[in-house]
Amino acid sequence: MEREKIISVKNLTKEFGHFTAVKGISFDVYKGEIFGFLGANGAGKTTAMKMLIGISNPTSGEANVAGFDVHSQADMVKKSIGYMSQKFSMYDDLTIKENITFFGGIYGLSRIEIKQKIAQLIEELELQEVANNLVGSLPLGWKQKLSFSVALLHEPKIVFLDEPTGGVDPITRRQFWEMIYTQAYKGTTIFVTTHYMDEAEYCDRVSIMVDGSIEALDTPKNLKEQFKVDSMNDVFLKLARNIE
Amino acid sequence: MTIMKRFIGFVKKEFYHIFRDKRSLFILFGMPIAQILLFGFAITNEINNVDIAILDQSNDIETQKIIYKIKASPYFNVANQIEKESDIESEFKKGKIKAVLIFEPNFSKNLETKKVAVVQAITDATEPNVANTIANYTSAIIQNYQSQKKQSNSNQVKVEVQSRMFYNPELKSVFNFVPGVMTVILMLVSAMMTSISITREKELGTMEILLVSPLKPFQVIIGKVFPYIFLSIINAIVILTLGYFVFKMPINGSIFLLAFESILFIISALSLGILISTVSNSQQTAMMLSLMGLMLPVIILSGFIFPINSMPLPMQVISNIIPAKWFIIIVKAIMLKGVGIQYIWKETLILIGMTVFFITLSIKKYKIRLE
Repeated sequence: MEREKIISVKNLTKEFGHFTAVKGISFDVYKGEIFGFLGANGAGKTTAMKMLIGISNPTSGEANVAGFDVHSQADMVKKSIGYMSQKFSMYDDLTIKENITFFGGIYGLSRIEIKQKIAQLIEELELQEVANNLVGSLPLGWKQKLSFSVALLHEPKIVFLDEPTGGVDPITRRQFWEMIYTQAYKGTTIFVTTHYMDEAEYCDRVSIMVDGSIEALDTPKNLKEQFKVDSMNDVFLKLARNIE
Repeated sequence: MTIMKRFIGFVKKEFYHIFRDKRSLFILFGMPIAQILLFGFAITNEINNVDIAILDQSNDIETQKIIYKIKASPYFNVANQIEKESDIESEFKKGKIKAVLIFEPNFSKNLETKKVAVVQAITDATEPNVANTIANYTSAIIQNYQSQKKQSNSNQVKVEVQSRMFYNPELKSVFNFVPGVMTVILMLVSAMMTSISITREKELGTMEILLVSPLKPFQVIIGKVFPYIFLSIINAIVILTLGYFVFKMPINGSIFLLAFESILFIISALSLGILISTVSNSQQTAMMLSLMGLMLPVIILSGFIFPINSMPLPMQVISNIIPAKWFIIIVKAIMLKGVGIQYIWKETLILIGMTVFFITLSIKKYKIRLE
């Protein structure tokens, strides 16, 4: 069965002066897939992701996201994607409802749509009690789930998650991944960076970046077989060691 | 339509930020009022209700008239009548009395026969400014007495006083500080508050979210800056109203011209704020940069507190690149001299030039950061 490519990257390169942060990477992501984008800090994954979400221009190479070129059609790319950053990305001094209204508004949702979304989100996340509380007063786990839901407000084709589970407890992380699965099941493509290797096991396919290049890309199962180890953690360590 | 709706949504959010943050609220609304009242009441050369003592060595009808006049003025409170010269020093030492007026013996008689009588004003010069002002006020009151006497009596008489006063010195400081405080506040609100509010989004990571959204970078900036234009205008109105009603600062020129120039200055300050936000990554940096890089020059080099003419030449040259200097000149010209644009077009052009320069620079810087 031919699968539909939703992200297609060819020789994507980013240079900062003499330093090459991303060295001509190429890969494809298919529709509805949970794609894990791994790499140590400074391996270039954030830089690569910034090019894919249209806030950084590639030095050379091409990237096509949701059918649009990230360089020449960045505006269209932005409309088609959702984004949740590693820093918690909502306003602490606004209530849950105000946050949803604001983000719905900047993505061009109508007032009625926003109302429906608020009702739906509050129902799904069981936030009835705190809907009018300031977001700053919520526990981190709730904030993250809410952030994820807000990134999905405009029903994007792809959602980019930049280390979404940093700093939360294992139970909340588990719940968060359940939300990701539900969303992927609905057909949304998930592009996620993480440095929790157990989370890498949850992904359909995983790419591992080392020093600006993609050194491995396959399903977690195949990667483990290829490197003859039992866990993604070992795959990662082996890769990093080989490069050095 | 969607653009307008997005913009309104954005501005609404910005107002939530401002109104839910006690610090911003204080800076926005507490500061202007506090500063104008502080400068108005505390830091002026005006004196009020100063305690003085009188040593009347002749105690006749003329001295009584003068003493009555002094008692009637709001500046002095005659706390004590002393009997002999040797008491003067002990009165001063008690610290309550700031001045002693001494009428020479045979005051009326001297006025009749010699046409000259002497009042001596001894002031406590440990506070030189106060002493100076008291001396000036005293002579003003006595001159007033003298001119009244001249009208009622064809005889030329002279009460000798040592210093003379051409105009009321209290007015001078008021005229200086209302434009000055207005400039400082507009700078503070426009530049510091915007730079802090933009860097705040950077620090929290929400700026990234906004840039990933379909909003264009310049829409984000305009959305962030707009509320502060609005609040700055309100601040300018509050300051001018306070100046007008509390301190009787006149607005002789066109209000529309004043409004135009103020908005021009606000925009130049805002673009400085954006510029600062592009080079700082934390709210603290933005605040320090605004305070050191903008507020200090505004306070020191704009002519608000220290007259530019008396600065060393290099400082005078530097003061030319401070937008606040030109704005203060413009505001004073409009408010006090009541002049129209034909007299201040040069200053206005300089201000426009600076504003265009700062806007261009900050847009450029902002773009570089996005790469």
